Amino acid sequence: MGNENARDQSSSPGRRLATLARHLSVGDTSLISSRGEAINTAPTAGFHGGSVFANVAQAPEDPILGVTVAYNKDPSPMKVNLGVGAYRTEEGKPLVLNVVKKAEKMLLNNPSRVKEYLPITGLADFNKLSAKLIFGADSRAIQENRVTTVQCLSGTGSLRVGAEFLARHYNKRAIFIPQPTWGNHPKVFTLAGLSVKTYRYYDPKTRGLNFQGLLEDLNMAPSGAIVLLHACAHNPTGVDPTLDQWEQIRRLMRSKSLLPFFDSAYQGFASGNLDADAQSVRMFVADGGECLMAQSYAKNMGLYGERVGALSIVCESADVAVKVESQLKLVIRPMYSNPPIHGASIVATILKDSSVDKAYVFLCFLREMYREWTIELKAMANRIISMRQQLFNALSARGTPGDWSHIIKQIGMFTFTGLNKEQVSFMTREYHIYMTSDGRISMAGLNTKTIPHLADAIHAAVNRIK
Amino acid sequence: MAAIGRGILRRGIVGLPAVGSGSAARSMASWFGHVEPAAKDPILGVTEAFLADPSPEKVNVGVGAYRDDNGKPVVLECVREAERRIAGRLNMEYLPMGGSIKMIEESLKLAYGDDSEFIKDKRIAAVQALSGTGACRLFADFQKRFLPDSQIYIPIPTWSNHHNIWRDANVPQRTFRYYHPDTKGLDFASMMDDIKNAPNGSFFLLHACAHNPTGVDPSEEQWREISYQFKVKKHFPFFDMAYQGFASGDPEKDAKAIRIFLEDGHQIGCAQSYAKNMGLYGQRAGCLSILCEDELQAVAVKSQLQQIARPMYSNPPVHGALVVSTILGDPELKSLWLKEVKSMADRIIGMRNALRENLEKLGSPLSWEHITNQIGMFCYSGMTPEQVDRLTNEFHIYMTRNGRISMAGVTTGNVGYLANAIHEVTKSS
Repeated sequence: MGNENARDQSSSPGRRLATLARHLSVGDTSLISSRGEAINTAPTAGFHGGSVFANVAQAPEDPILGVTVAYNKDPSPMKVNLGVGAYRTEEGKPLVLNVVKKAEKMLLNNPSRVKEYLPITGLADFNKLSAKLIFGADSRAIQENRVTTVQCLSGTGSLRVGAEFLARHYNKRAIFIPQPTWGNHPKVFTLAGLSVKTYRYYDPKTRGLNFQGLLEDLNMAPSGAIVLLHACAHNPTGVDPTLDQWEQIRRLMRSKSLLPFFDSAYQGFASGNLDADAQSVRMFVADGGECLMAQSYAKNMGLYGERVGALSIVCESADVAVKVESQLKLVIRPMYSNPPIHGASIVATILKDSSVDKAYVFLCFLREMYREWTIELKAMANRIISMRQQLFNALSARGTPGDWSHIIKQIGMFTFTGLNKEQVSFMTREYHIYMTSDGRISMAGLNTKTIPHLADAIHAAVNRIK
Repeated sequence: MAAIGRGILRRGIVGLPAVGSGSAARSMASWFGHVEPAAKDPILGVTEAFLADPSPEKVNVGVGAYRDDNGKPVVLECVREAERRIAGRLNMEYLPMGGSIKMIEESLKLAYGDDSEFIKDKRIAAVQALSGTGACRLFADFQKRFLPDSQIYIPIPTWSNHHNIWRDANVPQRTFRYYHPDTKGLDFASMMDDIKNAPNGSFFLLHACAHNPTGVDPSEEQWREISYQFKVKKHFPFFDMAYQGFASGDPEKDAKAIRIFLEDGHQIGCAQSYAKNMGLYGQRAGCLSILCEDELQAVAVKSQLQQIARPMYSNPPVHGALVVSTILGDPELKSLWLKEVKSMADRIIGMRNALRENLEKLGSPLSWEHITNQIGMFCYSGMTPEQVDRLTNEFHIYMTRNGRISMAGVTTGNVGYLANAIHEVTKSS
């Protein structure tokens, strides 16, 4: 890499000789190998005995996280953070779900609980329950043991492990990702060894789905290519295909043997209904075909920092699923050996069906936790939907030029406003609104008090800057 | 290479999907039919086999997880108290990409010394990692990215996963001699030879204390000589420290090798794990640090380590980090932890003595000195794979086939049985 070239450019022949001379003058024979070869300054030998990493350049700031950094620096009392996609209450505070607190307490008070290593594939209960959650309890694929599920570190970890598996065992390297997509997607797939291509997705003119473009691009994809699909609440646009459109996508993909890789980071968070948000996935699995599924509990259970997720691979047969699972272990073991136990235990506690574990005395109580969770989840989704409506109303009331209906049409945590970079900069400078330069705003960061301020900012930006 | 699987043979056509209505198609072939079943992990496979064994006499001296004298796993009191304090906290937000700042600070103090000038001068690039494995992997990936021509020298033997880690990072591996099968101790002369013969500026993986799997550590004097030779050769020392506190019972003592290298001016790398010494196994709590020339470089290196973590798991898990920083950041809890870690180490040392005594009492023709010479969780017994197989098949004793005994699995209740079994399979050798 650039490293060595930099060193060569900065060291003159004179300095190199001086270094060598120093070594020689001390009578040091260590630079001559036992085979009597000429002195060979290793590529890693520091210049003045300095660090071997002296030429490592500082990495650029992550654009999404950089927004929060800038927000924190701003002293203005009016500032609003619409950057990172973490849920905030109406009071602007992070939220730990009540049901999560309950589950944690139960785990804490259970003295027999230990913190031993999980198996490489993670907590077995958690895996089974996660598969049921996304594929449906009545899923034939699960009943036929065709699904292998391994616990991974949230959505990112699930994507990475799945991608590494594909790079090693699948015969196609190309993965098609939607344009745009979550900023980390390309890096995850590239580092795993896949070759990233794109398919058209978002239409800036309609601020909706470019369905024609999507179909055309997938139709042009080589047979067998991998296709990344956002299961619901597309990040960053909030634009989802309709069920009809999903069916068309499914047919096209199956006819071209394209391999679906789902990213499900918002199940339950988009519409407020867990089953509705899983429809796209279940449609694909119902046709008997194979797919990969990366699941995250970061948002829908508010478990962000606990890094809870699962990778499922739906296979053609139970035999294949067993072999696939054994290979997934080989990817995981040299990465981090086995996944973290805490968050997965919380999820398993909440999702547990009373009929599954007869050891628990509080059967009714446990099913209660699942119900409680769905209620809290719906409340979060509803608050976001309400914010969308309020923002739309506020812009309409101000007569802000343009069609803002996409705000209520888009779904999930994010809205792709359609504002351009200059408009965004303006809003940050003049109104202390912090968001990513692509015009994406996190609806979860809004509340009834800040909506008017945001509406003012958008109104001003749209009027002053084209 | 086509994905030819059994499904294809059955149906004769590759990847013919069901076009049309939803639930029709079971006529699709598998893309993964050709995937071979992977070999079982040698270490973790042992516990699986142990659990499947119905014999009441079975003994598990395989995986390196601590057990009390009743053979039960242990949650430290300091950990329980820390968890009580953490529960019900107000947020579970993402940690920064580099992990918990507090946890990193405390980890650096532990490894480099409370008063380390390197910490004061902010010269250490450090990130929270997924236990020791994650720390090693981040370093291996970082090494590959920024020094793509480098390789790693790994001791013979070592923890088997080390090979997997650097292989998956695409860093070529070399080995250096370490364990002497005759003495069941350190083959110091060969080790020094290999260090001298490696090209200048080679990267070396060193176990900071309680070498896994042999339990054989260099003496302080030997570490000083190794450090000197590393200076001469300008080698890069990467320390894997998975047992600080667990080896001698004293974390400061167990960090001696690292401190020697730091005194001698090496710019080291270090992987730390809290799996054993805090019993946090499943929490995956660890730290990777790299000592740099100056603060600016440390900032740059840290930013690059984060770039490696981001597409792997975005940011590390918060729970284990909170437990670590709560314990180490509170003088009372830290003091409790030090007591508890010492008592774990002491129990193991006690079991080493007991096992050796038992074998000697049985009149074994072999020398078992190495059991008490070696240190830490593991004892490299010197038994052959065939002898280990006999232990498993005839006596239901489970350990890895390299003859490594996890002393943490030995109790006053089973040490006699274990000694007897070992004596049976080795007495004719």
